[in-house]
Amino acid sequence: MVESTVAATHAVVSFDVALNGIVWGWMITLNMWAKSIGTGVIMVGAYMLYKYSKDKIPNVRWLMPIISFVALNVFLLFTLLDLHQPLRMVNIFFHPHFTSAITVGAWMASLFTGLVTLLAAIGLLDYMPNLLRSNKTAKKVRANSGLYEKLLPYIVFLALPVTMYTAIIMAQSSARGLWEAPIEMAQMMLAAIMAGSATLLIVAESWGKEPRARIAMILAVTVAISFTLYMGEYFFSFKNSEVEATLAFIHLGGSYSFEFWFAMIVGYIIPFALVTTSVKEDNYTLLRFAGILALIGLYFAKDVWLKIPQLLPLS
Amino acid sequence: MKLGFLVDLNLCMGCKGCEIACKVENEVPLASWRLKVKYVDIGVFPDTSRSFTPMRCNHCEDAPCEKICPVSALHYLPNGIVNIDSSRCIGCAGCIMACPYDAIYMNPETNTADKCTYCAHRVEGGMMPACVVACPVEANIFGDIDNKDSHISRYIMEHQGGVQVRKPEKHTNPKHYYVGGGNQTLNPLAHQRIEGYSLFTNITHLDTVGDPNHSMLDRFLTPIFGHDHLDNTGFAGMESNKKDSNKGEH
Ligand code: SF4
Ligand code: SF4
Repeated sequence: MVESTVAATHAVVSFDVALNGIVWGWMITLNMWAKSIGTGVIMVGAYMLYKYSKDKIPNVRWLMPIISFVALNVFLLFTLLDLHQPLRMVNIFFHPHFTSAITVGAWMASLFTGLVTLLAAIGLLDYMPNLLRSNKTAKKVRANSGLYEKLLPYIVFLALPVTMYTAIIMAQSSARGLWEAPIEMAQMMLAAIMAGSATLLIVAESWGKEPRARIAMILAVTVAISFTLYMGEYFFSFKNSEVEATLAFIHLGGSYSFEFWFAMIVGYIIPFALVTTSVKEDNYTLLRFAGILALIGLYFAKDVWLKIPQLLPLS
Repeated sequence: MKLGFLVDLNLCMGCKGCEIACKVENEVPLASWRLKVKYVDIGVFPDTSRSFTPMRCNHCEDAPCEKICPVSALHYLPNGIVNIDSSRCIGCAGCIMACPYDAIYMNPETNTADKCTYCAHRVEGGMMPACVVACPVEANIFGDIDNKDSHISRYIMEHQGGVQVRKPEKHTNPKHYYVGGGNQTLNPLAHQRIEGYSLFTNITHLDTVGDPNHSMLDRFLTPIFGHDHLDNTGFAGMESNKKDSNKGEH
């Protein structure tokens, strides 16, 4: 499409300034990846807590908020590191501009991280009764441990917009036609569920067979849907010339084709195959491997999708 | 009042006077541009022509850069100018991602976003933008498009049917118009941009925006590992571009 336009016009740039290259790079990839884990484990973990008794999934109550806490802090750290004026981050709170998904997201993510910190503290102190035994604050937290179950539904509810606001930022980045709102929102949600189920699968050794099979199937179904959407974009998206030119970077011969297919095979195709073939006999080694691969693949899929629209000349 | 710009590409001769005037007026650092004049060669030898297209911020009425800015560093002035308050900017680069026209750069000296302001400081004092004054052929026309008697309004009326904006499909409602432009000149996907040394210069992209050693991480790591000496060529990644320019990856 673009090629034929260029051929028809025979137009070529002979003098131009250097254009912006990749502006949002690996730090933003890491940011999105870590946030997917941070919100995903809460959504999937809460579902498992609702579905199964504690003896079947003994470590979820404390491990879920701790993993989320660590992932959210990685996400916040790299958000900050990527700013060109990191110390001015406070302006988001003192001079907020609420039409911006960056602002709304920062507020929600901060609240979410605060609540998850509380869950992590309660979960950990309940799990380790001897930890900080004589500490006053720890005693207070232990005395109010029922708060965990009361807060969890609200935290899950908050996890949804915290997951999706990045997709809205991408949609607001209207220069990048590839990141269209409904599909990016769906992919962001799928990424979170995929990351959450993959992470919990990695720590599911002590679980019963049934909950392990369930979380493995959540992973398999999620990667299947997400992969289908990627393939839809890859093969059947006949959008405007800008999106087509962007997708050319992942089509065969494109500079990001290898990374894209690496992500698809490692993060989507192999985990799906591993889960569906080993879930019945509960081969945990393979299931755990599927979880690890899904997390690796997700990182690279996010990386490609973030970078390719930034390779197009916009002016 | 709504200020707008119009460039008559039939008049522009590509002297880059406006580009230089802008750099001087606004102290735009090396490797950064508020206004550029792009040359596009069209046709097959011997039937060829060269077009010159000055490009700057369009001061869009529905500016995505303003919407995405989390701290209102980008904001509208009552006269329609999309202005920037760099003292508030946190350097998130959201605006660079949002602007469909690549009109925003990260100033490597201040590490904040910056762009054409239609010389708001001059306009406030009753003067014309520096680029308008510098243009030897009066190809740049600036004025109030709300006033039907202004020069720019009359020019638009006189060239009805031939007035264009860049990327109208982005629904940004630009207040920067062109007369005499074609798809080849205004649509960046309708011409090839081959990276590497060309007729006049190295056609390339920036490896980094702003100061590459801007991040908190660098603030911690620099005392231990140090970093490359910063100078006018190094800070914008131009040196490394020289090495990479023929890779043709981007
Ligand atoms: S051209 Fe770009 S920088 Fe200027 S107002 Fe429009 S979106 Fe903002
Ligand atoms: S880089 Fe600065 S001006 Fe641009 S969106 Fe971020 S805070 Fe606003």
